[in-house]
Amino acid sequence: MEMTGAQMVIEAMKLEGVDTVFGYPGGAIMNVYDEIYKQKEFRHILTRHEQAAVHAADGYARATGKVGVAFVTSGPGFTNAVTGLATAYMDSVPIVVVSGQVPISLIGTDAFQEIDATGISRSCTKHNFLVRSAKELPRILKEAFYLAASGRPGPVHVDIPKDVTAETAKFDYPARIDIPTYRPTTKGNLRQIKKAAEVICKAKRPVFYLGGGIVHSNSAELVRELVAETKIPAVETLMARGVLEHDNPLLLGMVGMHGSYQANMAMSEADLMIALGPRFDDRVTGKVSEFGKHAKIIHVDIDPSSIGKLVDVDYPIVGDLKEVLEVMIPKVKECVDPDRYQAWRDILKRYNEIHPLAYEDSDKVIKPQWVIERVGQVLGDKAVISTDVGQHQMWTAQFYPFSFPRQFVTSGGLGTMGFGFPAAVGVKRACPDKISVNFTGDGSILMNIQELVTAVESRLPVINIVLNNHYLGMVRQWQTFFYEKRYAETDLSFQPDFVRLAEACGGIGYRVETKEEFDEALNDAIEKGVVAMIDVIVDREENVLPMVPSGGTLYNMLLEYKD
Amino acid sequence: MKVERRVISVIVQNEHSVLSRITGLFAARGYNIETLTVAPIPESGMSRLTIETRGNVRVIEQIIKQLHKLIPTYKVIEHEEMIEKEMVMMKFPINESLSNIQALCEAYNGGIANVSSQHIITMIADEPKRVRHFIEAAQRFHPIEIVRGGVVAMERE
Ligand SMILES: Cc1ncc(C[n+]2csc(CCOP(=O)(O)OP(=O)(O)O)c2C)c(N)n1
Repeated sequence: MEMTGAQMVIEAMKLEGVDTVFGYPGGAIMNVYDEIYKQKEFRHILTRHEQAAVHAADGYARATGKVGVAFVTSGPGFTNAVTGLATAYMDSVPIVVVSGQVPISLIGTDAFQEIDATGISRSCTKHNFLVRSAKELPRILKEAFYLAASGRPGPVHVDIPKDVTAETAKFDYPARIDIPTYRPTTKGNLRQIKKAAEVICKAKRPVFYLGGGIVHSNSAELVRELVAETKIPAVETLMARGVLEHDNPLLLGMVGMHGSYQANMAMSEADLMIALGPRFDDRVTGKVSEFGKHAKIIHVDIDPSSIGKLVDVDYPIVGDLKEVLEVMIPKVKECVDPDRYQAWRDILKRYNEIHPLAYEDSDKVIKPQWVIERVGQVLGDKAVISTDVGQHQMWTAQFYPFSFPRQFVTSGGLGTMGFGFPAAVGVKRACPDKISVNFTGDGSILMNIQELVTAVESRLPVINIVLNNHYLGMVRQWQTFFYEKRYAETDLSFQPDFVRLAEACGGIGYRVETKEEFDEALNDAIEKGVVAMIDVIVDREENVLPMVPSGGTLYNMLLEYKD
Repeated sequence: MKVERRVISVIVQNEHSVLSRITGLFAARGYNIETLTVAPIPESGMSRLTIETRGNVRVIEQIIKQLHKLIPTYKVIEHEEMIEKEMVMMKFPINESLSNIQALCEAYNGGIANVSSQHIITMIADEPKRVRHFIEAAQRFHPIEIVRGGVVAMERE
């Protein structure tokens, strides 16, 4: 069938089963928007900033595993979207971002709103395309979706010049795709898997090191089975929160800079680390030369370049975690004796008794951790939790009782302030039956505050809970610990009235200074089901603990801070 | 870890900005490029790049994996032992001894490429190590300009 490039974009969305596009129009992409106006296949959600459009698509993708989609215009529209691409890239999130570009004849002339978009996105996407003609557009769009979702997922950027969207050509959408240069290995090497099973059964102090790859490959069920069968304790990275249920007795908690004492000690004293889809991030490993010093390492990952990048691995297995686990579990079952690890479990239990993850509550001032626990008690698995970046993010990771994968949506690799709210809008669109909560800080929330308008207009209720410490808290904490309390530009005492700000945009605002007020506000927000902003005044000086100072070793944690 | 020299051949799909993907990868990750040559492989829609690089074992391993990871990469060929050649052109003043220069070039698989009223231009092609020797030896004829072509390599088998 003959159609214009713009119509092809719409058709491709239809064929890919896209039900939502987040975006923002402009000159170079107007032909596509004209077709959006005429169609009924998907819903377009107009964010109020391109960065938010990409974060919303990202939140949608993280919550579902489906490819998230955003449309932006050329030049400033695209550059605004870059932080969104980079955020998705660092966390391997499958999204497709389509940008308009100046007409081909004007490319390279510094035309109005021209920027070398693919030049910019090259280093923060899995792949990108500059489309040269309408004829190649169907194939490129098909490849974009395929590349985003397959192998190690990631963002794909498609830059379409305006004349290509006007040009007509035959629409031949490939049913299947075969890129000879791109064939991710999904089946793990059988011999390696067998060997891994053997070492697991022979280990004395093994630990599972669970990473985001489990979420991407939808293999949490299998991981739960493997943990249950072996009774080997497990730590989770930030990206793996929710893989195991929070009350699983084998879950030692989060690992890394703000990991629990028992989790970090387990990693330090283990004789075998079974790494399932993590990437040995420096926020997890601390000083690399000390990381897992006594352990042999099994590492399963779909991306060969993740294996051995930072730490030498004894048993590398390249493959899709799901496929690998399906083979590995029966092999492990054959030889494993869960009692073998009893002494090890006892040691770790004692570590947890000595230094449990805890905070000191107060009846004078609200502790941020209390708020998170409270929301956990009230909403539990009925909510999907997004966060911004800072102390509130770490407390959420530590204290929210996660019970399923994809329940926690957070920017891990890039650590993007301003991510939480738009991501939570995308989450609400993806999971209408869940309550979408965004834990945020008084700094972060202002980085995409305009999305109040989007959320209200689009009827996508998000409950923003601002853990308001009147500081850029995480930076303030480092200044307290490592810069002798020289609080350079981190005091946020001057702030907007968050209640009126929410109301000005059609949402509802609450200011909360006591636990009772918090309960009332939360219940009211849940009941009303509208876009809410709960401004919770919390203890200003609270610190995130334990803490492994940057570049330190996991077994040397700061466990308390005394003035 | 010991830093070593390595020659890597990459076969890529001929497409828009594929070269910038590769050089961008090296720049972004702080890898070295000592020499780089690129040319299409006849009637294949592919191009072959030869990259001469340096790094410790872990870096070299990462370079190879990262090159593989690029979507247009078809194949990464890397051996400790490849048959390597590099071409060099050199320009000398006309008053230097033509016959001595010619003898030197012939010792390195080359010869005189052009002689004008002002200059002698020579060309040689040899293994990278011998290329270095040639450049050293040629200094006594006061070369005006040196153009190195970069290493090209082929697997022995
Ligand atoms: C876009 C961006 N700019 C700067 C930073 C550096 N940074 C990390 S945490 C943080 C403070 C965040 O403050 P707030 O949102 O109030 O959260 P809190 O730490 O107080 O919970 C800053 C500035 C960042 N992560 N992202």
